[in-house]
Amino acid sequence: MRLTDEERGMLAGEQGPAVRQAMEQQVQVGRFFGAQDMVPVAGAHLSGDAEAMREAGVAHLEDLASLGAACRVPATTNPRSVELRLWEQLGQEPRYVGLEERIVAAYERMGALALNTCVNYQIVSQPLFGQHLAWGDTGTVIWANSVAGARSNFEAGPAGLHAAITGRAPRYGYHLPEQRLGTALIRVHDVPRTAADWGALGCHVGRLVNDYWQVPVLVFDETPRPTADQLKQLGAALASYGSLALYHLVGVTPEARTVEDAFGGRAPQRELVVEKGALAQVYASFVPEKRDVDLVVFGTPQLSLHELRDLARLFSGRTIHPQTRVLLTTSDAVRGVADQLGYVRVVEAAGATVLTGVCYYIMTARELAERHGYRTILTDSSKLANIIAGYGYNPAFRPTEECVAASCRGTFAENAAWAAQAT
Amino acid sequence: MGSASDVKDAKGGSDARAETTTLVGLAGVGPVVEGEALVSRHGFSARYDVDRDRGTFSREAHDLYGESLVGKILVCTTAKGGIATSWILLDMVARGMAPLAILFRETNPVMVQGAVLAGVTMLHRLTPDPVETIRTGDRLRVDPSSGTVEILSRAS
Repeated sequence: MRLTDEERGMLAGEQGPAVRQAMEQQVQVGRFFGAQDMVPVAGAHLSGDAEAMREAGVAHLEDLASLGAACRVPATTNPRSVELRLWEQLGQEPRYVGLEERIVAAYERMGALALNTCVNYQIVSQPLFGQHLAWGDTGTVIWANSVAGARSNFEAGPAGLHAAITGRAPRYGYHLPEQRLGTALIRVHDVPRTAADWGALGCHVGRLVNDYWQVPVLVFDETPRPTADQLKQLGAALASYGSLALYHLVGVTPEARTVEDAFGGRAPQRELVVEKGALAQVYASFVPEKRDVDLVVFGTPQLSLHELRDLARLFSGRTIHPQTRVLLTTSDAVRGVADQLGYVRVVEAAGATVLTGVCYYIMTARELAERHGYRTILTDSSKLANIIAGYGYNPAFRPTEECVAASCRGTFAENAAWAAQAT
Repeated sequence: MGSASDVKDAKGGSDARAETTTLVGLAGVGPVVEGEALVSRHGFSARYDVDRDRGTFSREAHDLYGESLVGKILVCTTAKGGIATSWILLDMVARGMAPLAILFRETNPVMVQGAVLAGVTMLHRLTPDPVETIRTGDRLRVDPSSGTVEILSRAS
């Protein structure tokens, strides 16, 4: 790799052992992927929670902090695996609480903003077109790349932190204009209506196009006008099912004014059609194995204020079934405003619990299932439905209104209105 | 990057599976290792496929379900899952539950970032296809600097 004088100095330890360690690892990753040089980044998003990191990862973080590591670009943190206020009430294990507190302390020592959110782009660090970033949560990366036209690879855990410490990332993958061109053309004839529908579309496409280096280009018969929350679900699902870091939506996202624009004049490597009825089939592909709903989770990725408001409207005046647990996950920032606006009170009055700074699938989900006897989980996030199956749950993915109705009934619907609606 | 010039044997053609003793790919990361292969036709995520406390595949739908990957050279198709693998490999190494190396058809940044942090050997884009060529139980020598995998002996 071609390094600048400053970067060579970093490797030589001129800026201390933490910078040296960070740069050494970045160069190894860069060489692996054929990076020619490093690119300065405007920000970093730091992922890593106690469940993934355990003692070894947390100790590594503390070592870096002790070596004087400091974020030289604005850095935010991803959700924690423990609800730091409600862990006892939720039945979470104390051993994770201590680890999480150490993680937060180490990140703060290094100068990161411990916001514990997977929607930093909705709250504090809006990505800009053409901006190079080192973001470490897949949903944040696909948002930055696709919706904003910023440039980031998946800079997971240690890599995001290394980028924050050196202010650089190895220039390969989605930092390069040629990697950002479309590879697969997806003609969508089944028009999503709700955010969950957009998540269903992401699930469908991500199951078919599932390789980090692929870039699907979605084109509709009539240019859609999705909301930010709808694109949040689309991206999270594409990243979850397809390990994808970038998509283009023709007429909507900035690098896809036209199909030709999105492919840069190249021919698509493959073409797929999303026929009418495909989204209903995505919902139907999640089959509950019993009638009772044990757990309902809203907020993967964490709820925006709009989404929390909509849930407050849907739950207003209703009562959640006593055998069904309902959890909403959001950020502290959104919760603060939602408190002021009365939304939290409304959903809590219905019997739901609002959690902050967490995301359900990283919340020691297997232990919670064992402790509380959770088996069936219902969610309006196709991403959560995908991941949670790996933790011993039987997941169902349904539209938001159906999830609210089922929360109050305590059972899945027999003749599901969602299926009829989506066809 | 990976120099193929010093490679003895990379026969193509229809009998590649039977004949090939060396696979060539891009330069990888980690130390040179020798060990036993464990081959999967599925992808790999350290978070969703594996019980880290036992070092075994724990997802029922995985074709290596129940198998131990501890000390093995895992050969599989692709990197799956979210960001967690970037930390998990370090934890597995720290507790003696890690694979010796992982060879992918195609990997992604998260997996490589995790391998670099943990010091686990990793290669991808090998020719011929490692999933088709290598069999579980084969003894391999993996040299990341030259991007080569040598099949030292076949599983009996």
